[in-house]
Amino acid sequence: MTAISLKNLDISYGPTKVVEAASFDVAEGESFALVGESGSGKSTILKAIAGLAPDWTGEITVLGQPRGHSVDHGFASRCQMVFQDPYGSLHPRKSVDRVLSEPLKIHGISNRDARVEDMLAAVGLDRRFRFRYPHQLSGGQRQRVAIARALMLEPKVMLLDEPTSALDVSVQAEILNLLKKLRREQGLTYLMVTHNLPVVSFMCDRMAVMHKGRIVEIAPASALHDGRFQDPYTQSLYAASGGNPDRKD
Amino acid sequence: MSQSPLLELENLRVSFPTPKGRVEVVKGLSFTLGRERLGIVGESGSGKSMTGRAILRLVRRPGQQDADKMTFDGIDLRRLSERRMRDLRGARISMIMQDPKFSLNPVMTIGEQIAEALRTHERLARRDVQARVLQMLEAVRINDPKRVMALYPHEVSGGMGQRIMIAMMLIPRPDLLIADEPTSALDVSVQAQVLDLIDELVRDKGMGLILISHDLNLVARYCDRILVMHAGQVVESCAASELHNATHPYTRGLLAAVPRMEETREELPVLDRSAWSGT
Repeated sequence: MTAISLKNLDISYGPTKVVEAASFDVAEGESFALVGESGSGKSTILKAIAGLAPDWTGEITVLGQPRGHSVDHGFASRCQMVFQDPYGSLHPRKSVDRVLSEPLKIHGISNRDARVEDMLAAVGLDRRFRFRYPHQLSGGQRQRVAIARALMLEPKVMLLDEPTSALDVSVQAEILNLLKKLRREQGLTYLMVTHNLPVVSFMCDRMAVMHKGRIVEIAPASALHDGRFQDPYTQSLYAASGGNPDRKD
Repeated sequence: MSQSPLLELENLRVSFPTPKGRVEVVKGLSFTLGRERLGIVGESGSGKSMTGRAILRLVRRPGQQDADKMTFDGIDLRRLSERRMRDLRGARISMIMQDPKFSLNPVMTIGEQIAEALRTHERLARRDVQARVLQMLEAVRINDPKRVMALYPHEVSGGMGQRIMIAMMLIPRPDLLIADEPTSALDVSVQAQVLDLIDELVRDKGMGLILISHDLNLVARYCDRILVMHAGQVVESCAASELHNATHPYTRGLLAAVPRMEETREELPVLDRSAWSGT
């Protein structure tokens, strides 16, 4: 079954059209990347799927069910989003415990105490962090909390918007390892936005390259090994990222 | 060109007071810099940006800086009055900050801002100022500089904003340029352009460059020599070409944690922070 399917998706902010005719399918259990420079519309696609950019036309289907334009309670338990900046995405006056139990409360799920405890362990946070506030955590710990929050309702599809670009390389490695482990253990599907091509090589199976609101190419991540891309824009993006210095030929 | 080093630092210390006493964020840093390109790398909180600021004596109170020796081209920076220091900043040592959005004045046109940077340090006729600004904007490869001069910072893109910052910093023809994460707010495709430009201008004018960044590979590409900082200290110093033979466990850990273009590892190695905390 396809986890995410987009057909002819146009997204606008007011009179400006930012994404035009985007179509792709992500299989269940796959990890798919959207790459491109700022302003290319990659984050906007995630927002439209999550319901944060309601001005779209076309078709969005998640796990076989079409997505409507309004707020969808059931959708939240199937698909969740992790945002770029862990410094901005957590409520400064809510403790980790409150952030994690809120989705459970809204969806009327019981046994909250144990679920919060289990989730903290799953994302590699010690129990003593449970009653802390975001300002008492480091960037990497905050991003772990943000990932934990997204996973509380046990969704099958995760939308990741540059989950590591605000973090140091050593912390980035920890978070990428965590995301990979969670995907393996819980059979998640990832749709990930990034501008960092080596991260795509580590995390993803396929990638769509966006330029000025259009998808110019869909390629397997293995194309990053030798730079075999069709589109001239993708080739220039690959060259600007430094190509593959490990390759000897 | 003089053979004496451009900048000499010995035992630089920067500290901040906390309820638990003074905390040193730079602990005894020493290096000498000729007319070359030096890279300083480290993670957030390693003291790399503070080092850059301390060279310009820009550590704000209550922070304190202190050094056994801090000379720039034979001038003792520690003893200079605040007024003389101000003459030096911009004119002889200048600094490119991280994000053009926050470093440019939003209510002044780009032309005025660049002209101001020049007029502060040199007395020139208005026509000459205009000519120098135009010439500088061309040097940072801005198409149609006449039009851009009349724009305000919010009307230009990030990459263009950073090029304007570079123009502003280079127009008084400094001897030393400190670039603190000059491209981390920019896209990969623009990053390379901006760094190539800095590189070219630094080589042409024979300036010294200190490039501060958290990106090891980027620094290795654009510098001659690299200092790796961790917790306020230099843990390793090597030629940029020798970076991949680095020996310190922290440097090795950082290098290994970066994903590669052709990634075959199932899991990325993570820094074991306890391994060298004693050093």
